[in-house]
Amino acid sequence: MPPREQAQGPVLRLDGITKRFGRLVANDAISLSLHGGEVIALLGENGAGKTTLMNILFGHYTADSGSVELFGQALPQGNPRAALAAGVGMVHQHFTLADNLSVLDNLVLGTQPLWGARLDMAGARAKLARLAQDFGLAVDPDARVGTLSVGERQRVEILKALYRDARILILDEPTAVLTPQQADALFAALRKMVAQGLSIIFISHKLHEVMAIASRVVVLRHGKLMGEVAVTDTDPRALAEMMVGDSISPPEVRAMTPGPALLELRAVSTPDRGNVRGLHRVDLSLRAGTITGLAGVSGNGQAGLADLIAGTERPSGGEIRLHGTVHAHWSVTKALRAGIARIPEDRHKTGTIADFTLTENAILERYRDAPFARRGWMDWRAARAFAESVIRSYDVRCPGPETRIRLLSGGNMQKLILGRVMETGPQIILANQPVRGLDIGAITFVQGQLLAARDRGAAVLLISEDLDEIQTLSDVIHVISEGRLSPPFARGSMSAGDLGRWMVGEGYARENMAGGQDAA
Amino acid sequence: MGEVLEIFLSASFWAAVIRIASPLIFATMGELICERAGVLNLGIEGIMVVGAFAGWMTVYSGGGLWTGVVVAMLAGMLFGLLHGTLTVPFGLSQHVVGLGITLLATASAYFAYRLALPRVTAPPRIEPFQPLPIPILSDIPLIGPALFSQTPLTYLAFGLVGVVSFVLFRTPLGLALRAAGENPAAVAAQGLSVTGLRMGAVIVGSGLMAVGGAFLTMSAFNSFFFEMVNGRGWICIALVVFGAWMPGKALLGAVLFAMFDALQIRLQQTAIGADIPYQIFLMMPFVLSILALVIMSRRASVPAALMVPFNKGER
Repeated sequence: MPPREQAQGPVLRLDGITKRFGRLVANDAISLSLHGGEVIALLGENGAGKTTLMNILFGHYTADSGSVELFGQALPQGNPRAALAAGVGMVHQHFTLADNLSVLDNLVLGTQPLWGARLDMAGARAKLARLAQDFGLAVDPDARVGTLSVGERQRVEILKALYRDARILILDEPTAVLTPQQADALFAALRKMVAQGLSIIFISHKLHEVMAIASRVVVLRHGKLMGEVAVTDTDPRALAEMMVGDSISPPEVRAMTPGPALLELRAVSTPDRGNVRGLHRVDLSLRAGTITGLAGVSGNGQAGLADLIAGTERPSGGEIRLHGTVHAHWSVTKALRAGIARIPEDRHKTGTIADFTLTENAILERYRDAPFARRGWMDWRAARAFAESVIRSYDVRCPGPETRIRLLSGGNMQKLILGRVMETGPQIILANQPVRGLDIGAITFVQGQLLAARDRGAAVLLISEDLDEIQTLSDVIHVISEGRLSPPFARGSMSAGDLGRWMVGEGYARENMAGGQDAA
Repeated sequence: MGEVLEIFLSASFWAAVIRIASPLIFATMGELICERAGVLNLGIEGIMVVGAFAGWMTVYSGGGLWTGVVVAMLAGMLFGLLHGTLTVPFGLSQHVVGLGITLLATASAYFAYRLALPRVTAPPRIEPFQPLPIPILSDIPLIGPALFSQTPLTYLAFGLVGVVSFVLFRTPLGLALRAAGENPAAVAAQGLSVTGLRMGAVIVGSGLMAVGGAFLTMSAFNSFFFEMVNGRGWICIALVVFGAWMPGKALLGAVLFAMFDALQIRLQQTAIGADIPYQIFLMMPFVLSILALVIMSRRASVPAALMVPFNKGER
């Protein structure tokens, strides 16, 4: 059992932690303390040093100087089991669960002596039931983890830490993968934990979440501690400025008169494909000079719609009109030739090839065309020049165009993808979760680029799970639910609550009734 | 048809089935352990040759039979150590290393055989394990002679399936092993050593493969000759898939394959055998195994991290 926290004194104290990687100072004399029953937020952009700091706490790295104290006792450095044993649990952003094992198996892993004669599953089951009860984290102990939803998997990951009697819980970007509803459920569980005396470090760069859950905020920038404030003494805007070191202004949206429809879907349906839900008689019109936002809980047909517009899926009914002409045999090649620019949802899996260089990735969609290919031969000089221009104009931070893209941060990867499609001056842009997982600087940049494209007359389809983002950027909003699309709503005509009702499918009942009357 | 029925009703047929299955069971369990931990061990064919030679050579030079089994196992573990070192901490291609180990191990065994016995043409024989009838049980008609009048190594093979099954699914070590084959990051996050688990699995698994090989020289053919393993290792790789990485099902697969094999030998001697080229019969167990594999492994779930090297710190 971990020692109980004393009535006074912090449960965790980091004192003057410094860590250098070559010339880069990842952590520069960082000190912070955490008390029992307290939630502190660790706020900072990608690369600010949050992960390094946590890795030092967990013994994956050894600090160059400084010390860690847990429950009043010095923590030996460089020993991965020490922090775990002392009662610190980490919920990683990328879950460390084995999909083919049951929930219970995942929980028990590593908690019983490796050379023990027999697993005590009955005891584990009882303990899990108690934890689930205490914290409102219900989950089926015998379910295979692979069959669970993302929200449930995160619950398992949290239970795993609690199962090990963690008294301090560290959550790394816990809401990055959650829908707003799941995030609310998570916060409710976290509050229960705090009420029972647990302490939480909440790593995030989402400001409103930080404001909602934490009592104190610790801001890191470029490896330095920028400050520590109580949430009652600050507001999101001030935090953002501390984090970025610059004043942040929300994107400015100029009024535009919508142009003609560039891409139209009329009663288009697509088949269900495994986890990808198909579309059901979707009507959609993407007009020039307009950002069309697609709101909805993930898994409701967003992927199907994105696949359709990108050309990787064909309609099973209905018609697609491009610039007014119907396209019967829809394909990826047609979509590319028609100048549909795609910012894919998963930049690692479908957006880039990890072990290709920036140059190669920059021309992935156009490698067969001039100037990159001439009479069947690649012109690498032209490709490299193109990559260099993208790197320059879109501020892609990298050692050079010959770097493998794997080594770039998500934000810089996304900037390259953005540059790759924007440089062609596309008329139709499919932006699927374009800012997911990016830091504020990168988000501002990407959103600014989408707005600039709209202002020069492009039609943008913005798919996002972030309602704030949809409502800020979109001229027209559709809600997608179970493969069906709501009618278009003009900017400002719907509140978040109104949209939420359409997300859970409540709007359609009335629609159908009206439709039925029309038919009669 | 009557002849075929007669085959199935003879105790000697079933005794042969169990005998043929035994080495496959050892090696299949060895491969299964490796794969459950996330390492495909294609060294199996060569490690079986090494086991066959090491066990036989020990007995031929005057060692006891059980000493031979232990020496075979140690020899197998040595090649397992080499395989594990190259594939786990170094993270090299498991295909290439495995095939390399097979070539190296096979050649080493043949070379050692030639060095030890330079002037021998007819393979010398050893006194093998003798059948050990189990009292009372071996008196049961049909089942008795088939199941309970086998050599001790066969009993060991069948017992091993239970042990492997228990360890994998009922002990903390087994859970950690399976997790290393499913998501090594999950294992590392609990402060356990993925490298240690995988190395251990490959070494122990290779030891079992070598015992499978030793069975051939010490409990079946009584001598060592070239090409004697004859693709049994590759069959075991298929049996692991056939068994969907479950020890019990893999045992079933081994017995099924052995049945086809025993059947084809006997069919060659019947009236049907007179009209059909014997190669067709030789082919039969393999063809039937492929068919069974296609049918059985449709829903099998491969360990998710099989053949995925684990490097700490890489996402």
